Amino acid sequence: MKKSALFGSVTVFALAASGAMAAEGDTLKEVKARGVLNCGVNTGLVGFAAPDANGNWTGFDVAYCKALAAAVLGDATKVKYVPTTGQTRFTALSSGEIDVLARNSTWTFQRDTDLKLDFVGVNYYDGQGFMVRKDLGVSSAKELDGATICIQTGTTTELNLADYFKANNMTYQPVNIDSNAEGEQQYMAGACDAYTTDASGLAATRAAFADPENHIILPEIISKEPLGPAVRHGDNNWGDIARWTLFALVAAEEYGVTSANIDELSKSSQNPEVQRLLGTSDDLGKMMGLDAEWAKRAIKVQGNYGEIFAATIGEQTPIGLARGLNAQWTQGGLLYAIPFR
Amino acid sequence: MSNPDPRSVAFVRKTMLPPEPPPARASGAVLWLRENLFSGPLNILLTLIGLGILWLIFSTLWPWLSNSVWNAESMADCRKIIAAAHGPDASGACFAIIKHRWNQFVFGFYPSDLYWRPVLAFGTLFLALAPVLFADSPKARRIVTGLAVALTFVISAVLGATVVELGGMAILMLAWVYLIETRTGPVVLASLIYPFFAVWLLWGGTIWEPAMALAGFVLGFVVWRALSAYGMFAFAAAVVVAAFWWLALSDIVSRGIATVLPMRLAPVSSDQFGGFVLSITIGVSGIALSLPLGVILALARRSDLPIIKIMAVIFIEFIRGVPLITLLFVASLLLNYFLPPGTNFDIILRVIIMVTLFASAYMAEVIRGGLAALPKGQYEAADALGLDYWKAQRLIILPQALKISIPGIVSTFIGMFKDTTLVVFVGLFDPLKAMSDTIRASFEWKGAYWEPYIFVGSIFFILCFGMSRYSMYLERRLKRDHR
Repeated sequence: MKKSALFGSVTVFALAASGAMAAEGDTLKEVKARGVLNCGVNTGLVGFAAPDANGNWTGFDVAYCKALAAAVLGDATKVKYVPTTGQTRFTALSSGEIDVLARNSTWTFQRDTDLKLDFVGVNYYDGQGFMVRKDLGVSSAKELDGATICIQTGTTTELNLADYFKANNMTYQPVNIDSNAEGEQQYMAGACDAYTTDASGLAATRAAFADPENHIILPEIISKEPLGPAVRHGDNNWGDIARWTLFALVAAEEYGVTSANIDELSKSSQNPEVQRLLGTSDDLGKMMGLDAEWAKRAIKVQGNYGEIFAATIGEQTPIGLARGLNAQWTQGGLLYAIPFR
Repeated sequence: MSNPDPRSVAFVRKTMLPPEPPPARASGAVLWLRENLFSGPLNILLTLIGLGILWLIFSTLWPWLSNSVWNAESMADCRKIIAAAHGPDASGACFAIIKHRWNQFVFGFYPSDLYWRPVLAFGTLFLALAPVLFADSPKARRIVTGLAVALTFVISAVLGATVVELGGMAILMLAWVYLIETRTGPVVLASLIYPFFAVWLLWGGTIWEPAMALAGFVLGFVVWRALSAYGMFAFAAAVVVAAFWWLALSDIVSRGIATVLPMRLAPVSSDQFGGFVLSITIGVSGIALSLPLGVILALARRSDLPIIKIMAVIFIEFIRGVPLITLLFVASLLLNYFLPPGTNFDIILRVIIMVTLFASAYMAEVIRGGLAALPKGQYEAADALGLDYWKAQRLIILPQALKISIPGIVSTFIGMFKDTTLVVFVGLFDPLKAMSDTIRASFEWKGAYWEPYIFVGSIFFILCFGMSRYSMYLERRLKRDHR
C-alpha cells in the first residue's frame, strides 16, 4: 500500500516534470513575457565577451546578443548576460537557464546531434594555430617534432593537436593548462616551446605581450573551428529567429546597410533586397512572430557584421584580426547570407 | 701581631665581585645562532642552503615588487612606466590593475551608486555579532563596534552615498550601539533579525519579503510555544504552520502590504553579485547556518532513536563522500531540469544551501568529536540533576563540547570560506579566478597574471587569519580547567 503510494507520487512527479519539459516549447513567448533575453556568454574572452570597468559587457559575441534582443524585444539593453564556463555552457542552454548561447562555441557533429543543440550559423570562422618565440628558429608547424606545447585541457584544441601530430608522424610533450591566462604565463615563463589555441586567441595574446615582435604565429591552421550561436533542439521558430538575426547582420554588410545610413535606406532605398530586409516591403518578420522592423532594429544596435567586427576584434582594435575567412563571399571569404525573400 | 706581612694573611673578600657578562661566544645573538643554526656540520649546511633559498626568492621577487606601478590605465602603460623608470629590461608588478578595477574585485557588478548597501550590510554584521562574539569583554566589544560604525560610515561616504543615506545609516548604527551598550534582551533579538535585514540591503526590493519570511519563523515559534506541552508534536505543528505560511500566504501578504507601504530599495539581482561581496555573502551565510545544522546533526548521530541516527549517518556520509563541486553543479544545473520552467530559484540561494549542507556535515563530525571527548560523568551528572534531554544538552553538554571543538569548528569555517571560490565553476564571479580572468579578458589588462592572485590571496589571508586569531582568543577566554 505504502509502496504503491510512493510509486504513485513518483509517477505524478515524473509526469509533472515531463509536462514541464514539453511546456518549454515557446521560447519567443517566454522571452517576451520575461522582457529580458538570457544570453549565455563567455566568462571573459578578449574581444568576444568581457565586461568593462563599469560592468558593461562588450565584444563580438555580446554584439550578437544585443542584436537579437533588439530584434525580439525592441531594446538592445534588455539582455541578461549569463557567464558560462566551458563545463556549464551546454547544460545551461538545455536546462533553459539561457535562451541562446553566444559563447564562441565550435559547431561540431556531436554537439549538434548528441547534445541536442541547434547551431544557427557561424559568426566567426576560426582555426587552431601555434605561436612560438622567434629565436626558436621555427617557421612551420611541421618543424615542431618533439616540442613541448601548452594546451588547454578539455577543449577541441586538445584533440586537434593530437590528431595533427599523429597525422604528421611527430611527437610532442603536452603542458596542460587551465585557462588562457595560465597558458600565456607558462609560455612566457618558457615552460613550453609553443602555445596552441584558436588563431583569434593567439593574435590577441600576442598583441598583449610586451614584445610582440619576438613571437610569431605559425602559418599552419590545423583545424576548422566554426564558432556560432546555438539554441536548444525542439523550438524551431526560436531557432529561426536566432538564425535570421545573424543572417540579417551579414546580409546588411553585403547590401551596404550600415548603422549610419539605415534610416535613410529604409525610407528611400529602391533595392528590393534591402526593402525586404528592413521591412519596408513584404512583412518577413511576421512569418516568425516578430514585427516588420525586427532586422532594422538588430542592425541599428552596433551596425552590420562588418561594423561589429571592426569595432570589437578588427584591425583597428588592439587585437587586430584580419577579416580572412570572415570576409563576405564577394570578398573571398565564407560569409554568405541566405536570401531574404 | 700587628702589621703582619701581607703575604702571610689569607685573602678574604668582603664584597661580591660585580657579575661578569658571560663570554661573548656563549650569550646573546651569537649563542642563539650557534645553538639554533650552526650547532653541527649538518645544521650549518642546512642553514646555508636555507639562506640561499631565501636569497633566491628575495632577489627574484624584490625588484619585481619594488618596481611596481600603481597608477596606469593599461598593461602597456605599466610597461612603459617601468621601462622609463628602471630601464628597458626591468620587470615590475602592475598593481594598477587592482587600483583600476578594485570595484569589480570587491563588488563585482553591483551598481556603483548602491555600494553603500553591501558596506552597511557587512558593517552591521559586526554589530550583530559583537554581543555574541565578545559576550564577556566589554572593552573588546566596544573597540569592534566603534571601529565597525566609524569604518562603515567613512567608507560609505567615500563611495558616494547620499546625505540621506548616510544620515539613516548613522541613526541606525548609533541606535544599535546604544542598544548593545544598555540592554541585553533586545540586542539578541536585533542579532536574530539581522540576517533578514542584510538580505534586504543586499538584494533590495521591498522590505516586506524578508519581513514575511521572518514572520514565518515567528509564527512557527509561537505555535511551538503554545503547544509545547505536546512535545515532538508541537515541533511538527510549528514546521507545518511555518511552511504553509511561506508557501501559501507570505507572498500575498507581503505584496499586499507593499502596495500600501512599499519601503523599497532598488532591487539588485544575483547575477550582479561578484568579487568579495559574493564570497563574503556565501561564506557568512554558510558559516551562520552550518553551525546550528552541524550541532543538530551531531546530536542526531549520537541519538538513541535508530531512525534519526540512521538518517544523520546517511546524510553526513553522503555529503562528505561527494566533492563540493559536484554539489554546486547539482545546484546550478541539475535543479533546473526538475524545477518547472520559469521558476526563479535564485542561484546564490542555491549555492548557499549546498555550501551550508556541505559544511554542516563536516561541522557535525567536528562537534561529535567534542561530544565524545566529554567524560561520561557529565552526562550522568546532568541526568542526576533531573534535566531533560534538551536542557542537559543546552546547559551542560554542548557548552563544554563546543568549547573543546573550537579549533576544529573554526578550521571548518576557514576551509568553507575559502571553498566559496569554487563557485567559479557554476558561472558566479568569485574574486580569485572568475573575476580575475574576466578582468584580464578586457584587452587593457591582458597579461597581468600574478597581481590579481596576490591581491585576492592577501585579502583572503587577512580574513582567514582574523578568524583564526579570534578562535585563539576565544579558547583563552573559555579556559576554565587545567589551570
